[in-house]
This record gives sequence, C-alpha cells and structure tokens, in this order.
Amino acid sequence: MANSNNTELKEILWLGRGGQGAFTAAKLLGAAHTIDDDNKYALAFPSFGPERRGAPVRAFTKLDTKPVADRSQTEKADYIVIIDDTLYTPQLRGLLKSTGKIIVNSKKEIDGALTFDADSIAAEFRLPTANTIMLGLLVGISGIVTVENAVAAIKGYMPSKIQERNINALQKAVQEVAK
Amino acid sequence: MSKKFLSGNEAFAEGIRLACPQVISAYPITPQTIVVERLSEMVEDGSLSAEYVHVESEHSALSCAIGASAAGARAFTATSSQGLLYMAECLYYASGGRFPIVMMNADRSTALPWNIYGDQRDSLSQLDSGWIQAYAENAQEALDLALMSYKIAEDKRVSTPYMANLDGFVLTHTYETVDIPEREQADKFLPAYETDNRIDFDNPKNMAFSAGPDTNYIFKFKEHEGILAARDVINETEKEFAEIFGREYSGLIEKYRTDDAEYIIVTLGSIAGLCRETADKLRESGVKAGVVRIRYMRPFPNAEIAEVLRNAKAYAVLEKDISFGNEGTVFTNVNSALKKAGVNVSGYNFIGGLGGRNISAGDIENIYNDIINGTDSVNFIGIGGEDNGK
Repeated sequence: MANSNNTELKEILWLGRGGQGAFTAAKLLGAAHTIDDDNKYALAFPSFGPERRGAPVRAFTKLDTKPVADRSQTEKADYIVIIDDTLYTPQLRGLLKSTGKIIVNSKKEIDGALTFDADSIAAEFRLPTANTIMLGLLVGISGIVTVENAVAAIKGYMPSKIQERNINALQKAVQEVAK
Repeated sequence: MSKKFLSGNEAFAEGIRLACPQVISAYPITPQTIVVERLSEMVEDGSLSAEYVHVESEHSALSCAIGASAAGARAFTATSSQGLLYMAECLYYASGGRFPIVMMNADRSTALPWNIYGDQRDSLSQLDSGWIQAYAENAQEALDLALMSYKIAEDKRVSTPYMANLDGFVLTHTYETVDIPEREQADKFLPAYETDNRIDFDNPKNMAFSAGPDTNYIFKFKEHEGILAARDVINETEKEFAEIFGREYSGLIEKYRTDDAEYIIVTLGSIAGLCRETADKLRESGVKAGVVRIRYMRPFPNAEIAEVLRNAKAYAVLEKDISFGNEGTVFTNVNSALKKAGVNVSGYNFIGGLGGRNISAGDIENIYNDIINGTDSVNFIGIGGEDNGK
C-alpha cells in the first residue's frame, strides 16, 4: 500500500544564484536516477518565476521508486546542496530532515555543514560554475545515484562540447569525497 | 519508444511533433514559451515539417490557425493567461467555424494583480467558448493528450477545436520521465487531416458566413451536438491509443479509491496526485477517502460525476478558480450534474492555489476533515469561508 511515511522518497534542495546552474544540477540528478531503470521515478523543478542572473534560486529534485505524486516544494530535504556559500544560513536546517546533510561550496569551514572548495575544481576544468561538481560531491557523499548514471545524464542532457569537462570535474569531485 | 527526462512543455512539444501539424502560429508568453521554442527548434532541425509563423499577438496567433485550418491544414498554437483572454474573440470564431485546431494553454493566473504563476482562472473563464477542454496531470499525459487531441478534434462527428491545459510551472516547468512513442506508431494512430470544411478551388463554397435569426440557432445546436459527440470519441480514441501505445486513460474523469469512498475530493490538473496520497494516508486511519480527477471540463462529465458521488457522504471541489460573486466554476458544474441526476450529497467548495500559491498535503488533509465535520459552502484555503447561498 502506498504510504507517504515509509516511501523510498529522497528530496534534494539546491541553492544557487541565477546563472550558476542549480536547476541544471537538479535535472541531471533526476535524469541520472531514472536513466537505466523503468522502476525509478523523479521530479525536478525550479523555484518558479522570472530568472535573473545573480538572484537567489532554488531547485528541487525528488527521487522515488514509485511515481512522485507530490509536486509541492520540499519542506524537509534529505540533502541541501549550496553552490554559493553566501546563500548559507543556519535557518536552512529547518528545511532539513534530522538525518539530512548540508553540502556547501566554500573555502571556509561551516559548522553543521560539509564544505568543499568546488570553485577550485571548476577552475581546474575551466568551468564557469560548480554545479556538476556539487552534483559529484552529492553523489560521492550520498551514493544516491551511481557515478556511471550521473555521467550518463551529463552525456544525455548537456551540450556535447561541454560534456567532457563536466564529466571529468564530476569524477574529480567524487574522488575528493573519498579522500 | 524512447524514454526522456522532460518538462511538461517539452513533453507536449514532443507530442505535437508526432502529430505533424502543418502550420504552427506562435506568440510567446510565460509559462507557455518553451513549447513554441521547442517546436521552432524542431522545424529548424527538420524533424518537424511545418510552416512556422511568428505573429504579433495572441489574437493573430489564433486567427492564423483559423486561416490555416480553413485551408485544410492541421494547425497548432499555444498560449496562456492574458494571451488566452486577448484571443478570446477568436476562440468563438474557431469553434463556430468548426475548425479542429489544437491549442495548448499553460494555466496561469489573470491580472490584476499581475502574476505569472499557475492557476486555472484563464481557461475556466472560457468554458463557454465552444472548445473541448482537457486538463493534464503530468508530463506523460500532456504528451499523450497532444497526440490524441487531433484525433478527437478532427473526428467528423466532433469537428471542434481542442484546448489542452497544463498547470503553469507545476506541470509546464517540472521535469519527469516521459515515454516518447515511435514515429511509425504515431502515424498509424493519427493519419493526415482530411476535411471538406476547407477552401477548395475545385469545389468552391461559402465559409465563415453570417447566419440570421432564422438559422443561427441551428448552427449553435449543431455546435453543441458536436462537442457532446466528443464524449464517445474520447473513449474510442483512448481505447485505440491503449492498443497502440499501451497506456490507458479513463475518459472524462479518473477515479481513485472511490468505490466505497464516503468523502471525495473532486479536482483537476496536477494537484490530483497529492490528493491521492492524502487519501491513502487517511485510509490508514480509517477514513474512507477518495479522489475524482476531472480530465475534461468540456464536454462535462455530468453522468460520471453523479455516478461516482452518488453514495458519498460529502464531497469537496478543490479548484484554482473563483467566479467572483458566486463560487468556483468547477463547483457550479459539479453541483449541476448532481442536481440533474437527483443526487443529494453535501458539497463544499475549496478555492486554492490562486496566483501559484502552494497547496500542501496539510491543506488537503484539512479539506477532508472539513467536509467530514461540515464547513462553509465556499472556502478560500488559508483565509476562511463564507456561507454563500447555503
């Protein structure tokens, strides 16, 4: 019987600024989850509204083993992934499950969050933004999708000329977690 | 069949590509824009062979589609909100002329206050315009409606334009996995459009004419008959669709756990999923909860609604709409269906999601509790109710 309390549902909240690709990361995660398994389902959507470069944006990914019926914004996330550390506030813990984790792209330590210097990896691979690196960090920390499926999602849904750099950066991020 | 991770807009565009319209008239408006953008890319890359016409307004977009249809072409356009209202004059020309145009509408609030987010006040305000009106719940249904829409609209018993409605953002901009049918299957399902209702130099006839008091009412009666005929044609089309594509649809309404249900929410569009989950949850605590999703507002499922609500103790109509000074329009339609069938069940109206406001699981649980205990006749979620004519 369907039961919202014992579902496999995993919810990921992405925070970034307009232009940093938070929604692209949210979509890639949804695509990776469903790409080779007809019994897996995902929804990915942005915080709806006009898109402005630099403005704070939120994006959501919901992953499940049954169709995701609840299209409302996540109120309790399993992971909050933050591409721009100026968007981190301690109040975000209110949007996190008790077992949830916050992952932040930052050169600084943040109490209660896992921080990684994703910008440096982005620079190494000549990427203008760290969204696929944050996806790689999430994959490395959570195992929520396999690295192979994340790579397949990039191949399926990113423009061909930027695929290779993003795949390499994602894999580097996964290795970074393993350190 | 191929599987892709697409938004509702993109899925609908894929369905339209498979339906092969010959003319697409496009004027962008949020949150519809992605549909016409994807279609323009398909025309550009050659995967869709259509005349793509950039027009200067929504009024022109539908006028162009009417002209194309009058020339015997399969025509498509899309709009939303103020765009739909701006083309309202042409809606009646399309239906009165019996032109089986398909239009996607991204359901969005209407100004003022200005707001780009989703509610259903735009399309529901046009229920009387003579168009078939379908409401999708998810991206797969959106794609499938795109493909089925032409078959239904173009059926000679129907010859009526078809508006496919997708909830703005919640459906148009949400990505999910969608099965895209193969071209050969789509062609088998939907042959090319052929009609006598067109300009033909070898067989000239008067089209889009005036009709005075002596004959006008006959045209209007025939128009009514045409849209009513869609009831059977929708069922036949869905049966054939299931045979070819393996996905089944349930006609004018979709029922969920209604067989023994005492308390039923009647709604439409993308919020139905959350209603079903909430019904499941309440059933675990012993409440016999059910859900009816209206898939077609025109033709209206009078008999189906009366049948499914007949043995309930109470029902709620949850809609993203208000007809100011009365109640939600869906509620009015549902109540009329029950009255005609002699069904006397307590009904309550819940207005929510206006201007894109989130409807939460808690809100829906409260609706069930309210109809179990009795409440005001018209209730604005998050504000309160009032006894309007109770």
